[in-house]
Amino acid sequence: MKHQFDAVIVGSGLAGLRAAVEIGENADVAVLSKVFATRSHSGAAQGGIGAALGNEEEDNWEWHMFDTVKGSDYLGDQDAIEILAKDAPRAIYELEHLGVPFNRTPEGKIAQRAFGGHTRNFGEAPVKRACYAATRTGRVILDTLWERCLQRGIEFYDEFQMLSLITNNGQCCGLVAYELETGKLHTFHCKAVLIATGGAGKIYKTTSNAFASTGDGLAIAFRAGAPLEDMEFVQFHPTGIYRLGILISEAARGEGGILRNNNGERFMEHYAPVIKDLAPRDMISRCILEEIRAGRGINGKDYVHLDLTHLGEDVIESKLAEITSFARTYAGADPIKEPIPVQPTCHYMMGGIAADADSRVIMDSEGSPYKGLYAAGECACVSVHGANRLGCNALLDTLVFGRRAGIEIKKFMQSANLLKLPARAEKQDSERISRLMRSLGTENCRHIQSEMQETMMTYVSVFRHEKGLHQALDKIRELKSRYQHIALQDKGNCFNRDLLDIIELGHLLDLAEVITMSALNRKESRGAHSREDFSERDDNNYLSHTMVRYDPGKEPRIFSKPVSITKFQPKERKY
Amino acid sequence: MQCTFIISRFDPAVDKESHYQEYTVDAEPTDKILDCLNKIRWEQDPTLAYRYSCAHGICGSDALVINSRVELACQKLVRDFKTGNNFVIEPLPFFNVTKDLVVDLKPFFDKHRQVRPYLISDQKPPEEEWLQDSETQQFYEPALRCILCASCTSSCPITRANPSYLGPAALLRAFRYIFDSRDTDTDERLEEIDTDDGIWGCKTMWWCTDVCPKEIPVTKCLAQIKRILKQKE
Repeated sequence: MKHQFDAVIVGSGLAGLRAAVEIGENADVAVLSKVFATRSHSGAAQGGIGAALGNEEEDNWEWHMFDTVKGSDYLGDQDAIEILAKDAPRAIYELEHLGVPFNRTPEGKIAQRAFGGHTRNFGEAPVKRACYAATRTGRVILDTLWERCLQRGIEFYDEFQMLSLITNNGQCCGLVAYELETGKLHTFHCKAVLIATGGAGKIYKTTSNAFASTGDGLAIAFRAGAPLEDMEFVQFHPTGIYRLGILISEAARGEGGILRNNNGERFMEHYAPVIKDLAPRDMISRCILEEIRAGRGINGKDYVHLDLTHLGEDVIESKLAEITSFARTYAGADPIKEPIPVQPTCHYMMGGIAADADSRVIMDSEGSPYKGLYAAGECACVSVHGANRLGCNALLDTLVFGRRAGIEIKKFMQSANLLKLPARAEKQDSERISRLMRSLGTENCRHIQSEMQETMMTYVSVFRHEKGLHQALDKIRELKSRYQHIALQDKGNCFNRDLLDIIELGHLLDLAEVITMSALNRKESRGAHSREDFSERDDNNYLSHTMVRYDPGKEPRIFSKPVSITKFQPKERKY
Repeated sequence: MQCTFIISRFDPAVDKESHYQEYTVDAEPTDKILDCLNKIRWEQDPTLAYRYSCAHGICGSDALVINSRVELACQKLVRDFKTGNNFVIEPLPFFNVTKDLVVDLKPFFDKHRQVRPYLISDQKPPEEEWLQDSETQQFYEPALRCILCASCTSSCPITRANPSYLGPAALLRAFRYIFDSRDTDTDERLEEIDTDDGIWGCKTMWWCTDVCPKEIPVTKCLAQIKRILKQKE
C-alpha cells in the first residue's frame, strides 16, 4: 500500500509529537509508531523538566547552560546547549499554555524542585530547576501533546514498524513500514522524514527502558548511511529497583532522599562533598559500584539503599506518589517505613544519529546535511548531553529540538520537491520477510538476545577496559553471524511479535557493535564512559565526538568531529 | 514453582471463535504475570499475541482479564493471587478480539475523542504561565494518573449494556478539563455530556473505581460532574 505526505514522523514520543504539532498547522503530516501513540516511552519519564524559571529561587539560563556543559564532561556542543538552556523557559510556558498540569507553588506558579547536577551560581549549591507533575511529568506531557495532535487532526499510523528508509540519489524521500495487525508492507512517500524513535536500552540486561526501546530508528538511519555519534556514552541511572531495573526517579533525592551503604553511611558525602546525593548520574552510579566492590553493598550483595523514611508520609505520598507505588509493588518495600534496594540501571543513550541544532541529520565532520532526513529526541545526538546527561534535560531536549525539527522541516518543504520513489521501494524488505517466513533457521532469537544483553552488561556498562571490550566485540560479531541463521517460528500475518522481535534484535546487534567499537576507540575516561585502563580524561586527544559510519560488507568506520566550545573552557569536573 | 496458565486463544486466520490453551510455566512468586506470558512466548509458543511495552504500569498496554478480574499484567505478581498457582488469562471484555489477548481499542479512543480532550481557552496566554491554585491542580490531579489502559470502560456494566455510553475513561478526561481553571469551555463541555449516554449513563456502580490499576477514584470524580450539573439547575 502506498501513502503520500509532506512529512512523516517516526515515533510518537515527545520529540515526534512536538514536531507534529509544529508541522501539522501548515502541512500534511503522518505519525508512525510501533506502539499505540500514548504507550511511547516518554511517558515513563518521572521527575521533571529543567528550565531556569526562577519560580522557587533565583536562577538563570547561564547557570543551566554551565551545569549542562559541566555535566556533559565538556563534550556537549556549547552552541547547542546555549539554545537548550535559553529556550527552556519558553518551552515550559508553551507546554503550560497547551494544558500541561504542572504542580504549583503557593502563589500558583509552576512548582520546581532540585535535581542532580543542577546548581546555582556555577556550582555553588543545588537549585530548584525541575518543573514537574508529581512523578508523572513525561506522561502528562505525552498525553497533552497527543491530545493536541488529535485536535489538529494529525494522522496516526499506530502499530506500524519502520523497516527501512527510502533514498533517491542520497536524499531521503520516504520509508517502508510493516503493519502489525495485517502483516502488510506500506510505502510512505514524502519530502522529509523525522526519526524520533527514542532509545535502545534493551541492549542491556538491566534497564529502565520499555520493551519497545530497541533503537530501530538509530539502526535504520545508520544502515541508510547516517553516522552515529558518541554511542559509547550510555547512561546508567543510579537508582533502578534491585534486579528489576525499574526506575526510582532522581526526584526522590531532589526531595531529600539519601543513598546509604551497608553501614548506614551516607557515602556520597565522601565522593561529592558539596552536592552529595545530587551529584550527576554517571558519578553516583560509579560510586555505588565502588561501595559494592569495597564490600559495603547491603549484606554484601550488589545493591545499596535509597532512604526516604525521613521525608515523611506527606512528601512521599504527594510528590513521589508513582515511585512509592513502584517500590511497594515491585520491591515489596514501603518507602515511608523502609529503604528501597537500588542498583544502577541502563537508562539513556547520550549518543545517537548525528544531528545539528536544527535537527538535520549530518553526514560528516563538517556538518553537511543528509537531505530530507531529520532526527530529534533520544535517538539524536545534537549534542547537548555530551558524555553524561543531567536529569530533567531529556524531556527538555525532546521539546526544544522536536520543535526546531518541525520548524526546519516546514522551511525545507517549501522549497523541496517530492522526489521520485525508486521502483519497488519495498522489494528488499518484502524479500527479507518472505525469506524469514520460509526459513528453517536454527538460531533462537531469545538466546541471541540474552547473550547480547549479558555480554553488554558485563563488559560495556559502567566500567570498561580493553580486554573486556575486545571480548564483547568478538561475542557481538559471533552473535551477528548467528543472527543470519535465525528461526522465525510464527508464520502468521496478524500480530506476529516473533517477526518483530527478530527485526528489533537485528537493530540491537548493530548498535551493540557500534557502542563497543566506540568504547574501544576512546582511550580515556569521560562522563559515563569510564575506562579502568585509562582512568583520566584526556582533552589533548579525545575532546572530540566519535562518529561511526556504516560500510556495507565491512567493519563500520570511525572518524571524529570537533566539539563546539564557546563560553566555558574545560576544567576538572568536581562536585 | 510450577504454574498453570490457561490462556484464551484466537487466530482470525483459522478460528471462528476463541478457545483455551493450557501452558505450564516455571515461575517465581515475584514474577509479574507479564513475565510469565513472556516466558510462554519465548520458550514455548512464539505465536501467542498480547500487547506490552514499559512493563511497570505506565504505558497502559497490557490490561487483561486475569482470573476473572481486569488487571495490568505488568503490575500483578504471581504471589498476589491466592489461586493455587492457576491462572486464567483472557482479553479485555467489551472489545472485539483481534488476536489472542489483543483487542481492538478503536471504540475506546473514539469515545475519548468525543469529549474534546484538550485545553480550550478563549484567553490570550500571558507571557509566563497561567496562575493556578495548588488546590485546583490537586482537585483534578487524580485524573492525571489515567494511563488509558481501558480497564474501567471495559469493566463498566453500563458500557457493556449500552455501547453508546461514553464510559468512565472518557468522562474522567472530561472531568480533568472541566475542573482545570485554565479551560474556558466549561459550559459547553458540561452541556455536551449532560445526557443519558453522557454523565447520566453512570449509575454509580463503582466497577471502574474497583478495577482502576492506578487507584483513581473514578466514580467520585464523575460524581463531581453530576454535582455541578445539579447545582446549575
